[in-house]
Formats: sequence, C-alpha cells, structure tokens
Amino acid sequence: MKHGSTSPIILLLSRVISPYIMLFGMYVIFHGHYSPGGGFQGGAMLAASIILLRIALEEKVHQMHFNSKLGIPLGALGVLIFFGVGLISLLLGGYFLDYKLLPIPGYTPADLHSFGILFIELGIGLAVMSVLVSIYDNLLEDDDV
Amino acid sequence: MIEKNIPAILPLIFLAAALLIPLLGVWKKAVAYPIAILTVLAAASVSVYGFIYVLLNGTIRYFFGGWAPPIGIEYVYDPLASFVALVINFIALLVLTHGYHAVNIDVKDRQVAYYSVVMLLLAGFNGMIITGDLFNLYVFIEISSLSGYALIAVGEKRAPFAAFRYLIIGTIGASFYLLGIGFLYFMSGTLNMNDLASILPYIKDSPAILVSLILIVIGLGIKMAIFPMHGWLPDSYTYAPTTSSSLIAPIGTKVGAYALLRLVLFVFGVEYFSKDLQVAELLAIFSCGGIIYGSVMAIAQKEMKRMLAYSSIAQIGYIGLGIGLANPLGFIGALLHLINHAFMKACLFLVAGNLRVKTGSSDISQMDDSFRKKYPWTMAAFTVAALSMVGIPPLAGFFSKWYLALGTIENNSWFYLAVILISSLLNAVYFFRILEKVYMRSPEKYIPVDSDIAEIRNEEVKPSMLLPAVALAVGLIVLGIFNVLLVDQIYKMMPAGL
Amino acid sequence: MFELIIGHYDYLFIVVLITIGLYGMIIKKNLVKKVIGMSIFQSAIILFYISSAVKSDATVPILVDELSTAEVITYINPLPHALMLTAIVVGVATVGVAFALLVLIYKRYNTLDEKELIERMK
Repeated sequence: MKHGSTSPIILLLSRVISPYIMLFGMYVIFHGHYSPGGGFQGGAMLAASIILLRIALEEKVHQMHFNSKLGIPLGALGVLIFFGVGLISLLLGGYFLDYKLLPIPGYTPADLHSFGILFIELGIGLAVMSVLVSIYDNLLEDDDV
Repeated sequence: MIEKNIPAILPLIFLAAALLIPLLGVWKKAVAYPIAILTVLAAASVSVYGFIYVLLNGTIRYFFGGWAPPIGIEYVYDPLASFVALVINFIALLVLTHGYHAVNIDVKDRQVAYYSVVMLLLAGFNGMIITGDLFNLYVFIEISSLSGYALIAVGEKRAPFAAFRYLIIGTIGASFYLLGIGFLYFMSGTLNMNDLASILPYIKDSPAILVSLILIVIGLGIKMAIFPMHGWLPDSYTYAPTTSSSLIAPIGTKVGAYALLRLVLFVFGVEYFSKDLQVAELLAIFSCGGIIYGSVMAIAQKEMKRMLAYSSIAQIGYIGLGIGLANPLGFIGALLHLINHAFMKACLFLVAGNLRVKTGSSDISQMDDSFRKKYPWTMAAFTVAALSMVGIPPLAGFFSKWYLALGTIENNSWFYLAVILISSLLNAVYFFRILEKVYMRSPEKYIPVDSDIAEIRNEEVKPSMLLPAVALAVGLIVLGIFNVLLVDQIYKMMPAGL
Repeated sequence: MFELIIGHYDYLFIVVLITIGLYGMIIKKNLVKKVIGMSIFQSAIILFYISSAVKSDATVPILVDELSTAEVITYINPLPHALMLTAIVVGVATVGVAFALLVLIYKRYNTLDEKELIERMK
C-alpha cells in the first residue's frame, strides 16, 4: 500500500510481529531436512512477514525494508543456488543433484546426503520469498499497459 | 561424460538460461537475446549429438540425484524421445532466429522477461519429452503451460482474455491428468513409467485403471487440443505475438501428442488401449471429427493466422487418428505427421508473421499478385508448406498421410480412409484459395499502363526473418525425399506389441 | 450400499468439491469466480491424494530413535504428501498467473464480467 495504515495498533503490531515470523521462517528452513518444513514453507513465512509490512507501512519504509526491484533477481539467484548445487555434483562425476559428492571437507558422503539438502532448501527459501513478494508487488503496481 | 548427462542437460540448460537472463538483464537488457539464441543453439547441437549417440549405443537412462528408479526420478532418452527432442529444438532454433527482429516489433522493451519465459517454455517441452516419471511429466506440463499462457498474453489487445481461457481449460486438463496418475499410483504404488508398464498387466482388471486411462486421455487431449477439447486454441494462436504462436503452435500441441502417445502405447500398452477397451476407437472417432471440423472452419476464416489455428486442430486430428489406429502403420503415420506438421506449421506461422510485419495484417482478402513480386522467397516458402499440407507427393506432408491411409486400410476402417481423403480436399480448398490470390489475382489498385508490373519492387523481409521460413520449407522437401531413412528409424522406436 | 457411503465418505466429499470447482469454472460469469472455482478444483485433487494416503496407527516418516526403521507399518508413505507439496506450488503459480492476467484484462476493458467483456471486445 502506498500510504500505509494510520492506526498505531497496526503499525506497532506489524513491526513487532514481523521479525518473529521471519525468525520462525528461518527455523522452518533450517529444520527442513529432519522435521516437517523446508524451503517452500519457510520461504512462504519469510514472504508473509515482508508482505505484512508492505500492507501496514507506507511505501517509503517498506521499500527500505525490501526493495521491489530485488524481487526477480533474488528469485533467480535462489533457484541458481539450487541449480548450482546440482551442477557441482554433476561436474564432479555424479548425477545432477547427487549432493553426496559436494566438496565439503570433514563430512562423510552419508552425512552430506543428509545435510546437502540444506543448501537446496536455502536456495528455495530465498526464491520462494522473493517471488511471492514480487507477485504481490506486481499485482499492486498500476503504471503499465 | 557428456553422453551420460545428455538427458539432464536438455531441460536444465534451458532452465539455467531462464534464470541467467533476468539476473544479467538487470545489468544490461540487450544480453537477453544472445543468451537465448546461444542456449537454443547448444540444445540443438546436444540433441543432434544425442540422437546419433542413442541410435548407435542404445537408450540412456538418467537417475536424478543418484536415486535409482522406482524410488528416484528417471529420465529416459530413448530413440523416440531423442528424435522428438531433436525436431523440437531445431524448430525452436529457427523460430528464435526469426525472433531477432520479430520480438523487437511485438514485445518491444520487455525482452528480458519474454526470453526468460521462452526458455522456461522450452525447458518444459524438453522435460516432457525426456522424463520417465509420471508426476515429473505433470510438473513439466505445468511449467510449459504456465509459460505458454504468459507468452500468449503479451500479444494483441485481446490476448490476455484468450490466455485466460486457455489457462482455465488447460488447468482442467492438467488436473484431470493429475487425478489420473493419482488412481494409477494408488493402484500400483509406482510412478515410474517402465515400472508401471510391467505392473499394469497384473492389475488391469480394476476399474480404477480404466478411470485413470480415461482421465489421462482427456487431460492430455486438452493439452494437445483434440477435437471436442480444442476451444482454447484458435483465439490463443491468433492473438499471440508471432514468435509465441510459432513456438507454441508447432511445438506445444505436438509435445502433448507425444506425451499421449508415450503413455497410451508404451505405458498402458497397445493390448489394453485398443483391444481390451475401446478407448483407441473413441480417440480415432474424435480425431476424425476434429479433422473435418478443423478443415471446414479453416475454410470459413478470413484471417490467415486464425485459418492456420483451425488447420492445426485438423492436423492434430491426424496425429490422434494415427495413435487411435494402434497399428504399426498408424504409429509411423502419427509420428511422421508429428514431425512434418511441426515443420509445416512453424513455416506457415513464420510466413504469416512476416506478412504482418510488412503489410500490417495477414488478411487473406487483401492478398494479390503483387505479393509474389514483393516477397518472392516468403511466398515460395509458403507455397511449399501449403502444398505439403495438402499432401502433394514429393513433399513431407504426403508421406504421413500415406502411412495413415495405409494404416486405416490395414484396420479395415474405410470410414477413416474416407475422412483422410476428404480432408485432403478440404485442405486443398483453403490453401489454394490463398495460392490462387497470390499467383493469379491482379492487384485491384489501378496501375498506370506505362509503369510495367516489374515496377513493383522486391520488398523482401530482413534475412533473419526470411531464412528460417525458407530453411523450414527446404526441410520439408528434404524430409519428403529422404523419408525412407526416417521410416527405417521409426521402426526401431515402435512400442512392444504393436 | 450404506456401508459403502460411510466407508468412502471422504471420496464423496472430494467428488462434491470437484463438481463445485467445475461448476464455478464453467457456469460462473465473473472471471474471479472462475479462478476461485479453479482453486477449489485443484484443492479437491490435493485432498484426494492426501485422503488416499491415510494410514491408521502410523506416524510421520521421520527417523526417531524409539521406533525401529525395520517396521514399515509404523510410518506413513511420504510420497503422496511430497507430490502434493509440489502440486500446491504449481497451484499457487497457476493462480498467480491467472490473477496477473485478470489485472491485465481489467486494465484494458474495465470489467471482469464475461458477457460484458465479450460485448466490449467487438
């Protein structure tokens, strides 16, 4: 929204709640590989916290928080992280996304098979967050056509 | 190493390009087109290499993430898949070459997003061809459809509504397909196509399998626009920009047809599809309806792109008929027509696009003698494609119809033969109508006597827009003449039990 | 017959949902309602997978020390849920594209009513 809400309750509450939603989103992303959750769910929560601020606050403030221009590039970057993890394992002689081959010292292949998904979850989380925010921004923007 | 990874490279290279274009597009907008064309070029060369490799060394199986099927997702790059992938990437290369100027005209300043979505569309198509997993196929169907909606919507003023209708109908189709594989999965416990093909004979008496076959045929039928499910097609093809319609019209419906062919003939099996049930017969009857309906409607159209759209419905009917015949000749006919029609439609849509660029419209009633002099090569390409469409012998279109006709004779289904013959006549009506205008009708405008007709200067379109159309037309002649070699290869792709 | 209905009430519910979704997509004149119908239709299919994957007395397929991995019977098959997660993402994308198209249509024609829209297109 361009002008934001005038109610102090909404302004204050959205500011207070937003970081906690974000934190919980992070938690969901990082626990995705051994409990319910993962990149998509966590990313959706991160996006929810950003969209909450976009609904409540005025444009100048929420653009400082997360600039609309960042949406598409960050989304592409997120998927590229996913893609890069797959590509590295392909280049190291395995199959695409065979992340037990990732060159991380100190881990056995079995460990990497469990933890490797974390990189992918991070990429997906970033992509989902920025794409959901940019869908919201695009639906609101009214200057084209 | 590259041989092992070919099945993964084909969809993933497009995916990577779809991501790189918006990232680098932030830095410089002009970077979009070079990335796109280089990616398609790379994909086309990889698929040429892959096709030769597969013919010599046999099928490549690719296990994503190192998980062996039936647990993991498997990509199967067999002769059939590699052949269709080759055709599609080759046509995409030609259409994008044409796009160098056409996209400038149609899309203007949004090229970064446009090319990114084109790459996504091609990733979806390549994935649909190569995947050996039912659910993965659904995901790729949706990737290609969603990018297809976007590509159609950037067209003329009415395009968003056409795209919206396509979206609603397409989503119904994809959801039916999803429901169908749900039944299959809960009955068999597997989503891998090969695995499923080996399990199905034991559980084929269950009504759930029957329902799943019907749902899958309906779902993919909507994607490939078989006759009663074709409603979305004419509007979307007409109002889409040239590059979009010449990508989606030749490739999109063909990939849907390929997916249907792959599922009913290879997974469900010929026996179940055509003998135990009458689904094949039904598919053939609907396809015949489509052939007649599409041809008649095409005759009624005044606008070239719309006419081509209706003609697409008729031509998809041929492919459906070939699948529905469920005999070797029908299979050859369907597959040949899949390739020939992809070439013909791409050529015709590119010509329609060229005419739109030059004259502002592709209205048939405005065509006259001067077109032949102003755009000699464009019109030559059009003539070749149109003759091939009608089925004049040395050209490719004749042979697919020939094999289809032989297939109907083998099944003793004289009704289908009559439909094929009648529709060839109808094809002749709507294409010769244009050819007659282009070659015989003198311009209505008054021409002074002293200025000879040679005065009409050659105003041929730019080479980047002309060459792809001419290349496709030459391709049609080559496909027609070397058709025997192709049929020999197709024999190797035949499913078991046909 | 009665037992059949009781035993499969979830499927009947899904059939009703699918019918509502199809009805919304086909009959409703407002384009936003069509999108809502589409969403209901997709949700019905997601529910179909989820309700078919139900297994009584089984738990989430996460490695816990107290349960032995040898007993398959204690775990739910995670695959249908994972598939539906993907289907939900696809559904979100479809609805996103649909709304983007609707915004475009509304900007060009100032209406979302199908009859009115066709009228204005002429």
